[in-house]
Amino acid sequence: MINATDELGAEQLLALYRVMVLIRRTEERLARAHQMGLVPGPCHTYVGEEAIATGVCANLREDDVVFSTHRGHGHALAKGVSPRAVAAELFGKATGCSQGRGGSMHLFAPEIGLMGTSGIVGPSILQGAGAGYSFKLLGSDQVSVAFFGDGAVSNGAFHEGLNLAAIWDLPVVFVCEDNMYATEVAFRDATRVQDVAGRASVSYDMASVRVDGNDVMAVYQAAEEAVSRARAGQGPSLIDCKTYRTRPHAEGMRDGGYRTAEEMESWKARDPIAAHAAWLIDKGRASAAELEAIEAEIKATVDDAIEFARSSPFPEPATAADYIFSRGA
Amino acid sequence: MREITYTEAAREALAEQMAVDPSIFVVGEGIGERGGNFNTTLGLYEKYGPMRLRDTPIVERGFVGMCAGAAMTGSRPVVDFMFIDFILDSMGELLNQISKIQYMSSGRIKMPIVLRGCIGIGGAAATHHSGSYYPLFVHIPGFRVALPSTPYDAKGLFKTALTGDDPVLFLEHKLLLNRRGPVPEEAYQLPFGQAAVIREGSDATVVALAIMAPKVREVCDELAKDGLDIEVIDPRTLAPLDMATILESVAKTGRLLIADETFGPCGIGAEISAQVMEQGFDDLDAPIARLNGMHTPTPYSPSLEAAIIPDKAAIAQAIRDLVAE
Repeated sequence: MINATDELGAEQLLALYRVMVLIRRTEERLARAHQMGLVPGPCHTYVGEEAIATGVCANLREDDVVFSTHRGHGHALAKGVSPRAVAAELFGKATGCSQGRGGSMHLFAPEIGLMGTSGIVGPSILQGAGAGYSFKLLGSDQVSVAFFGDGAVSNGAFHEGLNLAAIWDLPVVFVCEDNMYATEVAFRDATRVQDVAGRASVSYDMASVRVDGNDVMAVYQAAEEAVSRARAGQGPSLIDCKTYRTRPHAEGMRDGGYRTAEEMESWKARDPIAAHAAWLIDKGRASAAELEAIEAEIKATVDDAIEFARSSPFPEPATAADYIFSRGA
Repeated sequence: MREITYTEAAREALAEQMAVDPSIFVVGEGIGERGGNFNTTLGLYEKYGPMRLRDTPIVERGFVGMCAGAAMTGSRPVVDFMFIDFILDSMGELLNQISKIQYMSSGRIKMPIVLRGCIGIGGAAATHHSGSYYPLFVHIPGFRVALPSTPYDAKGLFKTALTGDDPVLFLEHKLLLNRRGPVPEEAYQLPFGQAAVIREGSDATVVALAIMAPKVREVCDELAKDGLDIEVIDPRTLAPLDMATILESVAKTGRLLIADETFGPCGIGAEISAQVMEQGFDDLDAPIARLNGMHTPTPYSPSLEAAIIPDKAAIAQAIRDLVAE
């Protein structure tokens, strides 16, 4: 394998750091806003899993597309949706990226390839394959990425979508974010085969790799290979990212009973942002001052996003049934 | 004008549009080299090859969900279900994704996808190959539902489905497929939401769907010998539904029967009836009547199958009863 650490310049390495911090700080503020009642609906955070969206999306062009999950804030931000548009959507405001029709689980920014986060587990896999079909049919070199969790792996959509993408050599990257729990059901209780990469290669003859999903460099490198393979017309890949969410399934939910404090602490000790920061400093690729400057920059960005969301208007009630069809009605 | 079959007419619309729009592709089981179980794609594979005539494994949820993603990114998928009963395996993708994504994205993503298949009871196809299901889709915001009953309507409505940006259910009653009728050779479209008055009359109005349209018209031609002058309306599309034409007719006749082969409860007849009472109550001279197939899974044996669908005698009786009210 090529060593991605050698080919990335300081600017790119810091960009990975910046995106992870942006996701973390945005979600911390959104969680607080949720506690304050400013986010009227559900809010599933990505805290602890930021390295995956960051490492994957850093390999995508603006016209590549992403199909995401209910835990999709990180995918949206990493794909380039502004923190203002994400925050405003969660606040239910007209300035949100779905103009208040979606909320946390239905973020859309098709202009820059965010084809939707979703409240249903599984369809991202199928729709991701379908975008790949489009690109192949239309002769485009765009790439489609489908994110999903371990909870989707036992769903029929996983088998059907991977099989179709494989038999038709579609330009798709399947990214499994195995955070060990589907809501509160352990992956070990949901399958005899937790080796998702192994399933892809054995069952569908698909290129696949398992990576440490908390290591942004490892994710970046795996995604670079998968995206290049898809763009070159060499078919789909699967990246099996092992990770952990360190907040409850959704904000405000009781988090006990299904996992231990020891397990939680062991994963917190492997925080992807702290790990990348330590690596950057250890390898002499960035200084502590540079990282602090990024924190300060992100804090200002997130402050602005929350204030924007708070001060934006709610959508006009008269527009509640707009956009059901393409031409009015 | 030349006469061709219903299936040939729909296929002509597909062939015309595939020739001018390279983003159209068809998926289904046996729609490639074989040309479709009902000859829906006969001769197209030779012209357009496997990317555009894509034979699939038997995974309705999988390829419907896949087609959603394709429609969102610049393609125009046509899903050929063969028998529409098979659509049921993909209901989550249809009701939770395909019907909602234009809305959730505030209109920035389009969903130009056509979902076609045979509906209806006949030929001892039994209960897994005899469903119709269109009331389910009319209930859900986000679908267009076309239900042509003639070759002319099949070509024109299919063409409209293939050029719009919305999800369209295009449902073909299996007993209509081989019926012939006049169809122009040139391209044309029929707008959705425009009913056809297929027989004019003044004594009563019958709204007849799909196979019931030609059946009811034939019955009314016979009833004319007894002096009954019945107007017959084929809505042609159920979403949108042309209530204006129905209300105008009821204003003239004062009596309404809705004849629909599929189930009555929460069905199209119930909806039309409610809307006429809301908007045309004062025009009614008699209670609105419905004639539906029996509310039961479709049995296999010919004697049982015949017992659950309204035959011509039942239609004639329903009309006589309505006029006598």
